[in-house]
Amino acid sequence: MSATMDRRAQVHVYSVHAIHPFHAVMLAATLPLFLGALLSDWAYWRTHEIQWANFSSWLIAGALVFGAVALLFAVFGLFARRGRGGRRSLYLLLLLAMWVLGFINALAHAKDAWAVMPMGLLLSVIVALLAIAATWVGFSTLRSEMVS
Amino acid sequence: MRRATLSTIAAVALALMLGACTEKGGEQQTYGPDPQLPEPNRGLLPRMVIAKPAPWGDKAPTVPQGYTVTAIATDLGIPRQSLVLPNGDILVAEGRGGADAPKLKPKAVIAGVIKAKGTTQVDSGHRVTLLRDADGDGQYELKTVFADDLNAPYGLAYHDGKLYVANQDSLVRFDYRDGQTKAEGPPHKLTDLPSAINHHWTKSMAISPDGRFLYVGIGSNSNITERGMTAEVDRAVVWQIDAESGMHKPYATGLRNPTALAIQPDTDVLWAVVNERDEIGPDLVPDYLTHVQEGGFYGWPYAYWGPNADTRVMPSDPEKVKATIKPDYALGSHVAALGVAFSAPSMGGQFADGVFVGEHGSWNRNPPVGYRVVFVPFRDGKPAGDPIDFVTGFREDDGTTYGRPVGVTVDPRGALIICDDLANIVWRVTPAR
Repeated sequence: MSATMDRRAQVHVYSVHAIHPFHAVMLAATLPLFLGALLSDWAYWRTHEIQWANFSSWLIAGALVFGAVALLFAVFGLFARRGRGGRRSLYLLLLLAMWVLGFINALAHAKDAWAVMPMGLLLSVIVALLAIAATWVGFSTLRSEMVS
Repeated sequence: MRRATLSTIAAVALALMLGACTEKGGEQQTYGPDPQLPEPNRGLLPRMVIAKPAPWGDKAPTVPQGYTVTAIATDLGIPRQSLVLPNGDILVAEGRGGADAPKLKPKAVIAGVIKAKGTTQVDSGHRVTLLRDADGDGQYELKTVFADDLNAPYGLAYHDGKLYVANQDSLVRFDYRDGQTKAEGPPHKLTDLPSAINHHWTKSMAISPDGRFLYVGIGSNSNITERGMTAEVDRAVVWQIDAESGMHKPYATGLRNPTALAIQPDTDVLWAVVNERDEIGPDLVPDYLTHVQEGGFYGWPYAYWGPNADTRVMPSDPEKVKATIKPDYALGSHVAALGVAFSAPSMGGQFADGVFVGEHGSWNRNPPVGYRVVFVPFRDGKPAGDPIDFVTGFREDDGTTYGRPVGVTVDPRGALIICDDLANIVWRVTPAR
């Protein structure tokens, strides 16, 4: 892009492949839900108040519903434009890990009372981090990329 | 690299799921005063094996040689417990309660749908039906509604012209004359019974031989406090209720779900069968038969089978754990004992001295257990020896289930009355004469 470059020798193509708005909403929804589950797990850990464990269960279930749709989009996205960049594979991988561990977390939260702990809290931390990472990478496709 | 990571995740997930499914119980459970108590364990999924209901058709339960079994009433509205009146008439309490218990987690919604497949789909009777065999031929030709508009009646007791019925929310009294086939009017309410949520809704009942006190078993409001401790006020207890005034006091506590009570003849001691907690393994925690000590604490929720702490309860209470009484007799984990009755010499032979126990059958165990009526032999007023199958054939090995026994009652003239709440039948087992 430097002005000193030979303009004839270089062709700049700016590719903007933003994820579909519906896909974006599904992806974005997972983050506050998993984060909410983590916070309410933390509250249960601190207070032993059972209602927080109930909240966590439903928040995780909601995140899994949205996450499953986002995951479908990501899978189709990978096959639709195969061979394009590692970022899309990384995104799919993060999303898949988030969903699988999120599902295991849902099962952990289906245990009764304190049997949820400590596995539920630990998984909620990991899954929330994966949700942050997946959202970060997923939305970073909104940035324009230079492809030579 | 990517492929390797993906398959690793898949493999770990699969292993975790399978781990849940290999949680298998022994073919033979341990019974009696000192059952084996393995370490608690639970995979990611609770093990569920649900009965597959099928009609009895021409079949009938299996009884020991020298005994006969007859269906004395059919098409009932979920029969649970029965009572034999002094003139030989039989009363049957019909109905299902617990409908108000809210589902607090996705798990409860899913488990509710699955478990409902193993139970009857007919409407609750919410009534007490009277059965009469006027000519003594063993056929109960009269079947009539004794009292209607009750609320999931379960426990029944009679003393000297007074009939007591324990609804899921109240204890009521009817006046009764010998030979009466219909209550004269609505009952007198003696007292309310704890009914908020009513996760375990059945109110079992027994009456002291002098008719002064009623004992009512009130189950816990959760498996293991997953509805919070505030839901457990006045739960998992046996109340002693003054039959005249309706005043009550806790008689014993920490009994998770005391589903049937009986007074031992001769000693007048109160006995109970109690359903213990689920989801810590196929061979934990044994349901039990025990005499009930006044003022005794039997562990729920803090501990089980003596001072074995349940780590799912938080905050914990080490003092309560230490104070936990060991019950008398393990019936086997998850058998779901719902009926108990002391036998009488008229039951004959090896079944003369002991108790009959109706086992509704498990959902949280593989292979399933229960689905039968057992006889626990007694000697010198105490259980002595392993339970003996008395009535079986409710469930086939492939899961096909024709019936599920609940309440058992001994007719002193020589018969065992069994309520079957899957087939909606009352069975009568008699020694051949």
